[in-house]
Amino acid sequence: MSISVHNLSKSYDKIKALDAISFEVNEGELFGLIGPDGAGKTTLFRILTTLLIADEGVAKVANMEVVKEYKRIRESVGYMPGRFSLYQDLTVLENLNFFATIFGTTVEENYELIKDIYIQIEPFKDRRAGKLSGGMKQKLALCCALIHKPKVLFLDEPTTGVDPVSRKEFWDMLKRLNKHGITILVSTPYMDEAALCDRIALIQHGKLLEVDSPQNIVDRHQKIIYNVSAENTYRLIQDLKRFPTQEAVYAFGEFIHYTDSKSSFSPEELRAYLLQNNHKNVDIHTAVTTIEDVFMDLASTFKSEAIEN
Amino acid sequence: MKRFIGFVRKEFFHIFRDKRSMFILFGMPIVQILLFGFAITNEINNVEIAILDNSKDNETRKIIQKINASPYFNIETEVLSEKHIETVLKKGKVKAILVFESNFAEKLEIKKLANVQIITDATDPNTANTISNYVQSILQNHQQLLNKNARIPYQISVQTQLQYNPELKGVFNFVPGVMTVILMLVSAMMTSISITREKELGTMEILLVSPLKPFQVIIGKVFPYIFLSIINALVILVLGFLVFEMPIEGSYLLLAFETILFIVTALSLGILISTISQTQQTAMMISLMGLMLPVILLSEFIFPISSMPLPLQYISNIIPAKWFIVILKGIMLKGVGLQFLWKETLILLGMTVFFIVLSVKKYKIRLE
Repeated sequence: MSISVHNLSKSYDKIKALDAISFEVNEGELFGLIGPDGAGKTTLFRILTTLLIADEGVAKVANMEVVKEYKRIRESVGYMPGRFSLYQDLTVLENLNFFATIFGTTVEENYELIKDIYIQIEPFKDRRAGKLSGGMKQKLALCCALIHKPKVLFLDEPTTGVDPVSRKEFWDMLKRLNKHGITILVSTPYMDEAALCDRIALIQHGKLLEVDSPQNIVDRHQKIIYNVSAENTYRLIQDLKRFPTQEAVYAFGEFIHYTDSKSSFSPEELRAYLLQNNHKNVDIHTAVTTIEDVFMDLASTFKSEAIEN
Repeated sequence: MKRFIGFVRKEFFHIFRDKRSMFILFGMPIVQILLFGFAITNEINNVEIAILDNSKDNETRKIIQKINASPYFNIETEVLSEKHIETVLKKGKVKAILVFESNFAEKLEIKKLANVQIITDATDPNTANTISNYVQSILQNHQQLLNKNARIPYQISVQTQLQYNPELKGVFNFVPGVMTVILMLVSAMMTSISITREKELGTMEILLVSPLKPFQVIIGKVFPYIFLSIINALVILVLGFLVFEMPIEGSYLLLAFETILFIVTALSLGILISTISQTQQTAMMISLMGLMLPVILLSEFIFPISSMPLPLQYISNIIPAKWFIVILKGIMLKGVGLQFLWKETLILLGMTVFFIVLSVKKYKIRLE
């Protein structure tokens, strides 16, 4: 087991950042932690990278306990914090050399591992890190976190604020790194990136909603989702929300995603209702369920449960 | 060791690439020493004074000539009458007015007593005091000349000898003071800022999640500043010697040892500040308010401690700079050795150990 977390809780004053979280990450897995801002992702990362101590629970990284064996963990993990945290006044090469030196290695020694990524930033190797573009910065940070060939790599929102093309490149790189046998724990607020992980954990308000492979999570989700569109989207949302048996209504790209609470629901009822309300060009068809739909559904049930309690 | 060298190299990159650091490190010592040496001084030179001579006889003329000949005074104008005294002083240019009574020479001859009045502008009390002392001593000097032939039955003759600084040069006081201030500023403020900068930029987070041990990070941070502070101290001493003829009477070796000791004291204070502040701005404010002000005000640099209220005198004892200034003056001006300075040295040493132990205890191996 590369990472094992058991019953982990952490609070800041009265706010519960993590609430009795348990999950395990297998060796060599690309594991995604998916959830909105403020869900507790960074707190979990900091506990696992030995930067914070949990109030309750046990966590192990590479079979080492995060509190007692923190020194050994610090030698064998790579960590890329959510905020760009390299030396802006040092050049690309100087940053890389510095991190290699403090981990007691050299750039040459592990060049194989970072080659694919480094080649992309090599043309800028004498540029100061502060003057790089967002995507380049993330690639450099990844290189620096990898330079000592860590057993486990922690990437806290590595693609936040990065353009779509660079985001895709970044995930391609993670896939390749995975083949080197490095366990990767990556967090992201982007649901579309979840599908790229081996397994994911959905997290909200410090609680895990679900842990499984993206496909299993989607498959297990029984509800049929309908893509609804009409001429006036704003009025459409208002009216859909007024439909008596509606369960969830939210914008999804150019469509409105709609789910119904009745098992005997037929789209024709809805079409009739909408036409009756003077909507034009009404279109209703079933949609392919995505992680985002599952998340929205889980998050809303979770919220209503919380209110009931 | 390789890790350490790599870290120090990185630190030097930071310093040499930051224009502000470079200015504080190398521009400020020079500017300060020249500023304090030339401009800010409590010596008086070429002070403008005015004369109201109601007598205009031989005797007053001699005295006026004497005053004019001294390097301290320039006689600016003659005041015509008592009524004008106020207006002349109010203009501000003239700092003192010397008033001779009428029939000065005659009274001196017959009554053996004549009066002179010194009116000074006491908006600046120190200068006013000094001016009046200088004028009195010129008058006394003249009186002695008059008495040369006469025999006075009882006489106490005072001979003053100004040991260690016969010319009473203010700069001899300022060079050790400025050196202390600069070393404190560079060592404490710059290190505390440079450590908190890592916290602020998030790089501390990465350094923590690395095999670097806390003391390696701290020593790596501090080492470049020890080196630069020594260079700074040398620049100040050389400048003091070349420009102001500030002597170093005592042992160079002892001076070097004590200076390095003080640098380490200041650095350990800097580390302590960095452990209690989260941002560069807080670190700077604490350094400026908590260190610079006491160093300037309570260290004998500008104001004599013996004339402070008792509570302040006690407080001054916990200011490392006070002890270092005593040591510096001892070595540079008096030429004394360790046998006279062991107490101050031990105090500095004790403070250093205390600060280091405290900062090691306060140093966080995790985020809050």
